[in-house]
Order: sequence, then C-alpha cells, then structure tokens
Amino acid sequence: MTLAIGLFTGVLFGLLMQRALVLRYDKQLGALLLKDMTIVKFMLSAIVVAAIGLHLCLDLGLLELSVKGTEVGAQLIGGGLFGIGWAMLGYCPGTAWGALGEGRYDGLWGILGGWFGTAIYAEVYPTLQTSVLTWGAYGKLTWASMLGINHWIPVLVLTVISILLFRFFEKKGL
Amino acid sequence: MSQTGKGMNPYIAGGLAGVLLVLSVLVAGNYFGASTSYVRTTGLIEQIVAPEHVSNTSYFMKYFEKDAGIDWQWMFVLGIFFGSFLSANFSGSYKWTDTPDRWKAKFGSGGSKRFLYAFFGGAIALFGVRMAGGCPSGHGLSGMAQLSISGLLAMVGFFAGGLIMARLIYGSNGGGK
Repeated sequence: MTLAIGLFTGVLFGLLMQRALVLRYDKQLGALLLKDMTIVKFMLSAIVVAAIGLHLCLDLGLLELSVKGTEVGAQLIGGGLFGIGWAMLGYCPGTAWGALGEGRYDGLWGILGGWFGTAIYAEVYPTLQTSVLTWGAYGKLTWASMLGINHWIPVLVLTVISILLFRFFEKKGL
Repeated sequence: MSQTGKGMNPYIAGGLAGVLLVLSVLVAGNYFGASTSYVRTTGLIEQIVAPEHVSNTSYFMKYFEKDAGIDWQWMFVLGIFFGSFLSANFSGSYKWTDTPDRWKAKFGSGGSKRFLYAFFGGAIALFGVRMAGGCPSGHGLSGMAQLSISGLLAMVGFFAGGLIMARLIYGSNGGGK
C-alpha cells in the first residue's frame, strides 16, 4: 500500500511539474542564468503553501515534522557541489526522471551519472563521517527552535519574502 | 500544448504541489525526497555483482537495514517518470531529444559533449547531494517548508554552485537572450 501511494503521489507531482515546464533543461538553466525564473516561482509557491499547510496541521496535532540535522560544512560544500553538477546536467535527481518521461533522454545520462556518483560517495562515506560531516553539526534545528520563537513568525517572513520576489520577477518579466 | 507553449501557470502548479506535499505527509507520513532512491538503486545494482561488498559498506547498510528493497520514495521517483510521460503525451508536448534548445544555441546538437556534461554533471550532483543529505525535493521543498536551518543552508549551496557553474558554461552574458 505504501508503495502504491508513493507511486500515485509521484505521478501527480510529475504531472504538475511537466505541465509547468519545470522539467526542462532550458528552464533550470534559465534560473541559474537569472533569465527565466519559472522554476523558482514553482518551488517557492510550493514551499509557501506547504509551509502554511504543514504548520497548520502541526498546530492541530495532525502530523509531525521531519527535520534533517544541521551540518553546516556538509550542506554548504555538498550543496555547492550539487549546484556545479546541476548546472552541467540541467536537471536535479527527481526532474532527471521527469525529463526522461517527457522524452528528453539526456536525463538518462544524468541518472546513470548519478548512480556512478552515489557509488563513489558510498565508498568515501566512512572518511567523510569523521571529517566534513562533523563540521558545524548542530542537530535538528528550525528557525523557530533555534531562535525560540513561534513557528508562524518564520512562516510569515518566508511568505512575505516570496511575494516580494514574485512581484519583482513579474515586473522584470523574468 | 506545443513545445513553445507557455504551459501551466507556475504559481498555481507550484501551489498545488505544495498541497500535494501536505496531503502526502497527512495520509502517508512521507515528506518528498528523491536522491535517497539513487542510493537504493546503486546498492541493489552492486548487490548483483558484489553482494558481500554491499553488506560491508556502511552507507548502503544505513538504508538497507530499514528496508532492503524499494520503498515509498523509490516509487515516488518512478511515479514522477510516469506522471511526466502521461502528461507529455496527453498534452502533445512529448519530445524525444538529447539536446535542449539553450544547449543547441551554444554548442550545437547533442552527441558526446552533451553526454559527458550530463553524465559527469549527474555524478557530481549526486555525490554532492548525498553529502548535503538531500536534494531540491528533500532539502528544498520539504526542508524549506518546515523552515529548517539545514534546508536553507543546502539551498544556498545549490544556488551558489549552480549560478557560478552556469556562468562558466555559458559565459558572462549567459548565452544571450
């Protein structure tokens, strides 16, 4: 059942991304070259809506958060490496599969490369565990828990910043 | 919808994706993520050729101890493929190509250069993203929506690396247009 729900959720997500054109290399590179902000609009809209919905459900006791641990070194260095590869490939791990689904089979080269990169990561993981992964490891933190404030304050800040960005994008025709 | 069509409004599509994420957590207890599926697939492939090596590799066992096969997320990623396939065919926007337009304008038709960039880009991206502990779905959507510190740090890394590398590939004028 869990597997079927996973598949169904993925189908809907893939459908939305395909319709919004965010699976395309041209849109992803467009954002990285600051010329076409379609993927940023999609992502930030999803984040804002989900942030409001998740925190509302959290207040009602309907769900639990699942926060990933803070590892400053790993997230900045690993994140930066991801960015370099992302600009070369033009897809991310999920959208590479989506791109292949709409016939853009350079996504498959990225998936094959992704498995190769993952295999290498698995080999060096023990070394990283005693180095990079320990740099700035502060555990599971949210803005609310770190600053000791109500979680609606960061949700509001995120929403306002996103709306201002959207207005800027539309004004500049990005 | 043609290849050059404008597609669905990204704000609405994104907003619906946000609703889908909330429903997924409510119904199945699963936040979105994609890159852990690559760890599972790689581990399963390596198991065919070297099963002992996989059981001695702590990184694979970290995930296989919980579930030695495919899981919710693996099916979710497969679903993205099928959802895109269906949507592309029904809307007439399916296109079999290895050469994106922006790439073609700069480097010409796909071939080996596009293969090398995509393959090694994918390799570097997945190495980095496993170090960061999540991709634009896991850290980006799910992490940012929970207002986590890790999600924002990773997103800063993603865009810092991406903005710099895109400039290096396409030049300071960003390949025109």
